[in-house]
Amino acid sequence: MSKIVWRILSSIPTLFGVLIATFLITRVLPGDPAVFFASNPAMSNEDVEKIRVALGLDKSLIEQFWIYLGALWQGDLGTSISTGQPVATEMLTRLPASAELTIFAFLLAIAVSIPLGVVAALKPGSWVDQLCRIIATLGVSMPTFVTGLLLIYLFYYILGVAPEPTGRLDPFMFKPPTVTGFILIDGLIDGDPETTWAAFKQILLPGITMAIFALAPLARMTRASMLNVLSSEFIRTARANGLTRRKIVMTYAFRNAMLPVVTSLGMTFSYMLGANVLVEKVFAWPGIGAYAMDSLISLDYAPLQAFMLIMAGIFLLVNLVTDLLAGLVDPRAGLS
Amino acid sequence: MAATHSSTGRLATLRYILSENRLHQVAFLLFALLILAAILGPLLAPHDPLATNPDDALMPPSATYWFGTDQLGRDVFSRVLVATRLDMLIAFGAVGLSCVAGSLIGAVLGYFGGVLDTVSSRFVDVLMAFPLFVLAMAMVAALGNTVMNVIYATAIINLPFYVRLARAEVNVRRHMGYVEAARVGGSGHGRILLVFLLPNILSPLVIQASVNLGWAVLNAAGLSFLGMGVRPPTPEWGILVAEGARFIASGQWWIFLFPGLALMLAVFTFNLLGDALRDILDPRART
Amino acid sequence: MTSTTPPLLSVRDLTVDFRTRHGTVHVLENVSFDLAPGEIIGIVGESGSGKSVTAFAIMGILDKAARILSGDIRFENRDVMAMSPRARDLWRGKEASIIFQNPRTALNPIRPVGDQIADVIARHTPAAPAEVKARVLQAMRQVRIPDPEKRMSAYPFELSGGLCQRIGIAAALACEPRLLIADEPTTGLDVTTQAVIMDLIRDVARAGNLGTVLITHDLALASEYCDRIVVMHAGHVVETAPVAELFARPRHPYTTGLLGSVPSLVESVHDLRAIPGSLPDLRRSDLPPCRFADRCPRHQPGCEAPGLRPEPAGPNHLVACRYPL
Repeated sequence: MSKIVWRILSSIPTLFGVLIATFLITRVLPGDPAVFFASNPAMSNEDVEKIRVALGLDKSLIEQFWIYLGALWQGDLGTSISTGQPVATEMLTRLPASAELTIFAFLLAIAVSIPLGVVAALKPGSWVDQLCRIIATLGVSMPTFVTGLLLIYLFYYILGVAPEPTGRLDPFMFKPPTVTGFILIDGLIDGDPETTWAAFKQILLPGITMAIFALAPLARMTRASMLNVLSSEFIRTARANGLTRRKIVMTYAFRNAMLPVVTSLGMTFSYMLGANVLVEKVFAWPGIGAYAMDSLISLDYAPLQAFMLIMAGIFLLVNLVTDLLAGLVDPRAGLS
Repeated sequence: MAATHSSTGRLATLRYILSENRLHQVAFLLFALLILAAILGPLLAPHDPLATNPDDALMPPSATYWFGTDQLGRDVFSRVLVATRLDMLIAFGAVGLSCVAGSLIGAVLGYFGGVLDTVSSRFVDVLMAFPLFVLAMAMVAALGNTVMNVIYATAIINLPFYVRLARAEVNVRRHMGYVEAARVGGSGHGRILLVFLLPNILSPLVIQASVNLGWAVLNAAGLSFLGMGVRPPTPEWGILVAEGARFIASGQWWIFLFPGLALMLAVFTFNLLGDALRDILDPRART
Repeated sequence: MTSTTPPLLSVRDLTVDFRTRHGTVHVLENVSFDLAPGEIIGIVGESGSGKSVTAFAIMGILDKAARILSGDIRFENRDVMAMSPRARDLWRGKEASIIFQNPRTALNPIRPVGDQIADVIARHTPAAPAEVKARVLQAMRQVRIPDPEKRMSAYPFELSGGLCQRIGIAAALACEPRLLIADEPTTGLDVTTQAVIMDLIRDVARAGNLGTVLITHDLALASEYCDRIVVMHAGHVVETAPVAELFARPRHPYTTGLLGSVPSLVESVHDLRAIPGSLPDLRRSDLPPCRFADRCPRHQPGCEAPGLRPEPAGPNHLVACRYPL
């Protein structure tokens, strides 16, 4: 129990470092925020100075950092210059879109890569093993935006089976009332499977695009880990005791092989978060990545800052969860 | 004499491994092609990659325009070919920088340990907490939208891998017999690091570097796809794909597909090369 | 060779190759020996002599790289190698068991040890969970594990090496097999624990009338616990004899070399002798008929003649040497 608490506490220094980093990044970004605020070139230096004071930019860096922390504590992520809206609100309305897409793709990648890696390891040299190798090498070589465009061209333009790649739902359909924020689930809650089906068709291509990206490292790692475990001494003992192949593979090998894979899921998830920006751009997905990107182009830095903070926060959280998960499976971690 | 002998021995091993594994041959062949295209690209291009020709706009692939033309009538093949040099420069520049800087930093940290090591490890943790692509985006935004800054940003996001690798490798070796012997023999820290430790960790660094080349190309192309770093009309694979993306809905597939394939091929080559090098340099990892 | 009782285990002319990246390794050649019911034999030799490969071949758990080129393994006069994979699985762990060196890594690190014993019982003699649990406790008591109720839910990393080996033995004996192979069972344990584990193996073997094969590089250990000793060198059985006979009248030069290199078997440190040279490269395709020839002080031209086989050299005594002592 104390180890769980210790593990949670140990992520605090990193979290603090992340806060400093996201704070500093807006300080080194080119240009003076006050000048951007004073978008009217006719404004005098005095006016700019007033805005600077209003924004707290005349204070020392340390003071500003404390103000930043205080604001964060109250859920204030700053204000977007281009829309004038609080960034926190904007992020909150867009986060479910990104989360739905990322989680969908993540689950898809896990569902394909882990069985593939296991079977490849069980039959080295077989066609499944070859397939696993090809996918692992091709998958990491596919730039997400090229994969996305290729899928759009094939399934939307040529075959016409996919809907137009513009966002989460056909523009002529009504969004179900928000409960979870995930349209796939909200549609079902609303008793409207048609909406869920429409949303599913929308999410399929971007989901596959992101999944292909994550699939390769996961399949590769599963295969390697499984091979490693299968050649270990306790598997030999299990064979020598005459246990069934099914028992050896599932109870003895698979659970042990999953330990390093589970701990690496955090890293994979992080890669996917990074790829999110590109995929959202390609599929006009109204998520936080696309939002941060648009803000960056219009030199609006508060959303970028918030975006980076959210990304790092999610990464730390996912890593914490996977560590705890691995700890529950592995008695040696001493968490259970 | 002994040196010649050992180098021919190594060459023989290399030839043996290459003859044994077709895929390795492919990797080295593709790599050579890529380098040739980067060096000779502008000489080989059949058309001026920047010359517009409105009469021939949006032509599908043909004998004149192998990969077709874009909306301004520019030859897609020439643009894809000429772009190789820029993409390779970014990749090699970034990976070279982070490999040299990262392994030196990592080696020093691993060798001396102590407070500096702890602090740096924390720093690396923080760096790794951000999705690397997002970090690169933010850094290019912060440093300014230039090719050099794309190289720096890509170098920085790849830094942690080299720091960690070199640190770990040096850490396990610093108390080994030959290092202790060098110390007793009066070698200074600098000499031990440069002469005795770094050459021994070269293999894993080279393997890491070749895999990283793939990431670096992906990263740079991703950034320019989003409109960061390289600016049009400079031919660069990411930009070419971004430009071509606008014409998918009207069926002009060749504008996005060919630069996309070139990009894939480059990354694929670096990944294959990484596997091949791992096989050749690290016999333990052979499967 | 006692011809009255049929052997429990009979190995005849077992020849095994390993295919590796660096060529084919001729690991075993014409290995033959018998084991009577309830008998304890020791297979002794340097590392690389093929002791463990012999054991793995008997159990049918060789690596994929291994090829059994020829040979005949009979258990109670049944041809083990002719069994279907399923029949062999059911035979392993039920009628014949093996325990390994490094007891800690030989157990699944993330499964409670009691469950690992229960897996074996449930596989070979399925029963209700309560019945299985009772038999797990019984198996643990049999190998003198203190406080088995508490220990059965422990993980291997929570137990000492000695306790882990007891768990391994408990799992191996849970279904009351008639053959036990102990492959260097005390390697990786500290000296005091070694004796305890060896005593335990001997006691359970005697109590259950278990035919036991002890594989060890330690001739002194084998002499203390075994009835008979099979000496192996570079994939050959070079000499087989009852312990007293082997010590009184060693016939093979390698055996005398082994006897002379064991500290507790010589009278003073000055009599300790290392065996010169090392095992021949088993990848050679032109291995001599006697693989000890290059190291042998009694080497003569006649040693190169083909067709070297173990020949009787006394009561129950076989030696594979043209010019025995």
